[in-house]
Amino acid sequence: MIEIEHVRKSFGQLEVLKGIDLTVSKGEVVTIIGGSGSGKSTLLTCINGLEPIDSGRILIDGTEVHAKSTDLNKLRRKVGIVFQQWNAFPHLTVLENVTLAPRKVLGMARAEAEEIAVRQLTHVGLGDKLKTYPGRLSGGQQQRMAIARALAMSPEYMLFDEVTSALDPQLVGEVLDTLKMLAQEGMTMILVTHEMAFARDVSDRVAFFHQGVMAEIGPPQQIFGDPQHPETRKFLSSTRQ
Amino acid sequence: MFNYTFQWKQAMARLPQMLDGAIVTMQVAILSMVIGILLAIVLTMFRLSGIRILSAVAKAWVEIARNTPALFQIYMAHFGLGSFGLHLSPFLSILIGITFNNAGYLTENFRGALKAIPDTQTRAARSLGMGAAGAFRHVVLPQMLRISFLPMTNQMVWAILMTSLGVTVGMNTDLYGVTQDLNALTFRTFELFALAAVIFYVITKIVTLGARLIAARLFRY
Ligand SMILES: Nc1ncnc2c1ncn2[C@@H]1O[C@H](COP(=O)(O)OP(=O)(O)O)[C@@H](O)[C@H]1O
Repeated sequence: MIEIEHVRKSFGQLEVLKGIDLTVSKGEVVTIIGGSGSGKSTLLTCINGLEPIDSGRILIDGTEVHAKSTDLNKLRRKVGIVFQQWNAFPHLTVLENVTLAPRKVLGMARAEAEEIAVRQLTHVGLGDKLKTYPGRLSGGQQQRMAIARALAMSPEYMLFDEVTSALDPQLVGEVLDTLKMLAQEGMTMILVTHEMAFARDVSDRVAFFHQGVMAEIGPPQQIFGDPQHPETRKFLSSTRQ
Repeated sequence: MFNYTFQWKQAMARLPQMLDGAIVTMQVAILSMVIGILLAIVLTMFRLSGIRILSAVAKAWVEIARNTPALFQIYMAHFGLGSFGLHLSPFLSILIGITFNNAGYLTENFRGALKAIPDTQTRAARSLGMGAAGAFRHVVLPQMLRISFLPMTNQMVWAILMTSLGVTVGMNTDLYGVTQDLNALTFRTFELFALAAVIFYVITKIVTLGARLIAARLFRY
């Protein structure tokens, strides 16, 4: 379970998160939508401790992410994240990209790590690209590799930060399909996305962020069919154009 | 006006001795590069550590290495340390002097290379549960060494040529030192030094070519 309680966070003068509360249960898929700059990505990077917070707290299975005593490296094994920019390690092959963390962080033997990596890469449709360097892959393939890389650590939670935003339109579908597959398999996920049809399809709940506040949260049918907050309505009608 | 008769035969007879010298030259150059690269990696970590005294050490090292003559650096290793009672052999003095110089230049090269590696690489590594050291070692360092490969090759060529400064601290087993001694013995000045120059040239060509082959083999991405 991920528990986010009254989280506030500023960059200098700019308050980006103004008291966020959100609980995500095991197996749940929550998508976060909202205008750009509303704090969606910042919240994700706070959840896995890449960014500090100013007040409030975030608990992952009861462990407080930002407590001094928390071993973040250990906690991050539980929480995978995939970014908008796919960040392939260019000096490693696709297979090595995926085996690196299991070997160096979990101390797995090479053979075992490779077995897991091959399974994950096949899962995301890259089983035939094991020896390829990321530079030769399309954006969509690199992003799927980044997903496999995170999954190889057997995380219990996955965070996706606008993973299709930097892709050419014709490559978006293959990545969304991968995400859908994960959701169907029961992975607990928080996704920030601009793909409204996808959010409607895949989510258990959809949260709408506006200027650092979670203005509204509910099941997709309600958020998209009967939005309560005027800003949600405004936002949704702007995305339909 | 010009009554110097070339006697190549005499010079050529000394070729085996000079090649022995070339081996010593290569030993100094290779050792100074290997230690220099390791030191430069340590100095780079000093710079990134955020600990003021460590980054000051790195900064001072780079400044001195790049803004004083290599000859001065070698003198400091030999006579400088000598005046504190630490008397190093010519071999060690030249090795330390050139290593110091290499480490300084390479640290600066590494700094440039690091700028070309986006922060998101470290972020991605950390988000996979790697510590700061692991992210540096497995993700940043290999890319940094790749980007710096050409400057490293240039530095290797410099290191080979800098060994000729060894004569100033009494080094006489390297290519230049051997040549100088043979000259004092035979007075075939032009032939001997021309031969030494050719050997230097061939060595540096082999090194740059070899480096290109290694790069092609190592960096397939
Ligand atoms: N590292 C940072 N330093 C300073 N400002 C930042 C940083 N990251 C994000 N911001 C600012 O915080 C605000 C929220 O950003 P973000 O969370 O990325 O919004 P969203 O994901 O909703 O588009 C933006 O105004 C952005 O400019």
